[in-house]
Amino acid sequence: MVSFADQLLVLVMLINFIMLGSSRMAFVIRAVAAQGVILGIIPGLLHPFSGHLLAITASILLAKGLVIPYLLNDAVRKAQIRREVEPFIGYVPTLLLGAVFTALAFVFAQRLPLAPEHRDLLFVPASIATLMTGFLILTTRKKAISQVIGYLVLENGIFIFGLLLTEAMPFMVEAGALLDLLVGIFVMGIVINHINREFSTVDTSRLQTLREE
Amino acid sequence: MIHLLVLLPLLGALIAWLIPGNRLRPLMLPTIALPHLGLSLYLIASPTVPVHGGWIWLDPLGKITLLAISSLFAVCAVYAVGYLAYRQERSNRVLCLGLLVCLAAMSLVTLCQHLGLLWVAIETTTVSMAPLIYFNRNARSIEATWKYLLICSVGIALALLGLLFLAYATHVAHQNATLLLPDLLEDASALNRGWLHAAFIFLLVGYGSKLGLAPLHTWKPDAYGEAPGLVGALLAGGLVNCAFLAILRVYQICLASVTELLFFQQVLVVLGLISMAVAAIFMARQHDFKRMLAYSSVEHVGILAVGLGIGKGALFGVLFHLINNGLTKGVLFLSSGNIHRSYGGKTVEVVQGALTRLPWSGGLFLAGFIAITGSPPFSPFISEFSIISSIFVQRQYLVGGLFLLFLAAIFIGMALTVLPMVMGTPRTDLEVTDYRDRMLTVGPPLVMLLVIVWLGVWPPEALLQLLKDGAAMLEVRS
Repeated sequence: MVSFADQLLVLVMLINFIMLGSSRMAFVIRAVAAQGVILGIIPGLLHPFSGHLLAITASILLAKGLVIPYLLNDAVRKAQIRREVEPFIGYVPTLLLGAVFTALAFVFAQRLPLAPEHRDLLFVPASIATLMTGFLILTTRKKAISQVIGYLVLENGIFIFGLLLTEAMPFMVEAGALLDLLVGIFVMGIVINHINREFSTVDTSRLQTLREE
Repeated sequence: MIHLLVLLPLLGALIAWLIPGNRLRPLMLPTIALPHLGLSLYLIASPTVPVHGGWIWLDPLGKITLLAISSLFAVCAVYAVGYLAYRQERSNRVLCLGLLVCLAAMSLVTLCQHLGLLWVAIETTTVSMAPLIYFNRNARSIEATWKYLLICSVGIALALLGLLFLAYATHVAHQNATLLLPDLLEDASALNRGWLHAAFIFLLVGYGSKLGLAPLHTWKPDAYGEAPGLVGALLAGGLVNCAFLAILRVYQICLASVTELLFFQQVLVVLGLISMAVAAIFMARQHDFKRMLAYSSVEHVGILAVGLGIGKGALFGVLFHLINNGLTKGVLFLSSGNIHRSYGGKTVEVVQGALTRLPWSGGLFLAGFIAITGSPPFSPFISEFSIISSIFVQRQYLVGGLFLLFLAAIFIGMALTVLPMVMGTPRTDLEVTDYRDRMLTVGPPLVMLLVIVWLGVWPPEALLQLLKDGAAMLEVRS
């Protein structure tokens, strides 16, 4: 089952590239939802069946597959954003950067002092690559909604690393973290809506009133 | 009993949400906050034992933080009733809800012995504060909210990664990953150094951005500047203390690991000095007095970091300063909120002669300024002095010299903004506002100021003992 999880992680990394290369908002939101859902089913493959596992899997699928995409789509619809135009760095360069980061993630993961049973798995490189993708989206895109997506991808990257240590994060903590993420995205969605109303745009490079003269 | 600390504010939040009247709703804040303070004092005074398998335990460090948070919140809650009476044009439903949820989360932070749960609680404080910064509903405050939300969320996410690294270190060591503080303290010295190192860096960056340590402080002037004074006080005295407690927990593990302590201490000293330098630079010629207070907060976070990095005798001062800084910031933010209301502006161009126009609020602001820059007889003097003397006792002359230099520069920079504000005569072309100093808006900061004087002149024996107990948890055992 671990090898199947490993193959799913390849898919997760492919989705990273899809997100880096696409400008259509609706598509990127679907991609990040798909990534969240794939990650949501991996704990089910790694661990024996239990009530806790079922509950946490169900809530991850519900949150990342349905609620968060709904909130994001809602923000997109209200602010009437179709696509990300003029990112700070173009799509081809970000894709190339993404590829470089992914390659570096593999090299780096080789050198880490991992536990023997994790050494030949994709978890750690996939985690680092996804994390870096999240950072890349956060820093190179202008639209507020893209930055939220970058944050979600970053969270997904951290989640992959967390898959190696489910014992350390008991059910309550896991659920609390998920709830915080949900509320965070909810608040961000509202803020995006207000940014759009105040500035008639969701371009965060316009948010420059507050600075030292 | 201990659960009530979290459940009581949550219950209050629910009730506040259901109350329909905008005038009646703020009364919910003191109704919850004052019993919360009483309960906190009772729990702090009584001996406590770990419950729930060691997850929840109010240890001395938690007690000190709880004392600082609960007393500040109680004062702010009383003030809120008076303040919100002037802000009847807006619904305060979200404000009351957010404040009480935040109080519950902050209380939970002080109780946690499981670092994962601690992380969840801190993330909750971040999210619950975001709508409050946006209380004024204008372009500037939405910009501040966005920066705060994004920088703090990403920072906290990095802290989670640091926690996972820490847990992975325990997994590599004995296959049984854990984030329970007592377990971590027990086997910290046997853990893989590489993972520990990475964990501490990520935790410091993550919680440091929440704390507002330079160079991760960029959201702070915006958020503090645009939030209502009441929310600013809780950001500077509540959330900062929560994030600092998280740093203290990391410090405890460093201490137990022995090998990592020196590195962590050096990084803390360097980041602390950078924070003080940044504050000194941006404080000079600062026109916006709320932004000035934000840089003062960056400065004091820097002082806390330097003191923690120096260790030994400075630890007592650090823990005392945690309380003093929170309360003094409360005085400053609440009185600055009054001045802002009365003048309808928060720049030095508009605000002049506050002592004439608002004798009470202007006087409190002036006294708060004297206290926060570390003058006797106020208590920040004692805590800052004990940090500085410990720096010199340990012969860290360079650190001590820079520390004093930055303090002096900050004093001058702050005075150049504060003195013209409170002295002089008010301009004649000011817009007329309906704000007048009243019992409910002046009384709470005045009480806080008296507490600061009390702690500075004659600190109670029980508090000193508590601070010593806390400092003992952070000292190197030989």
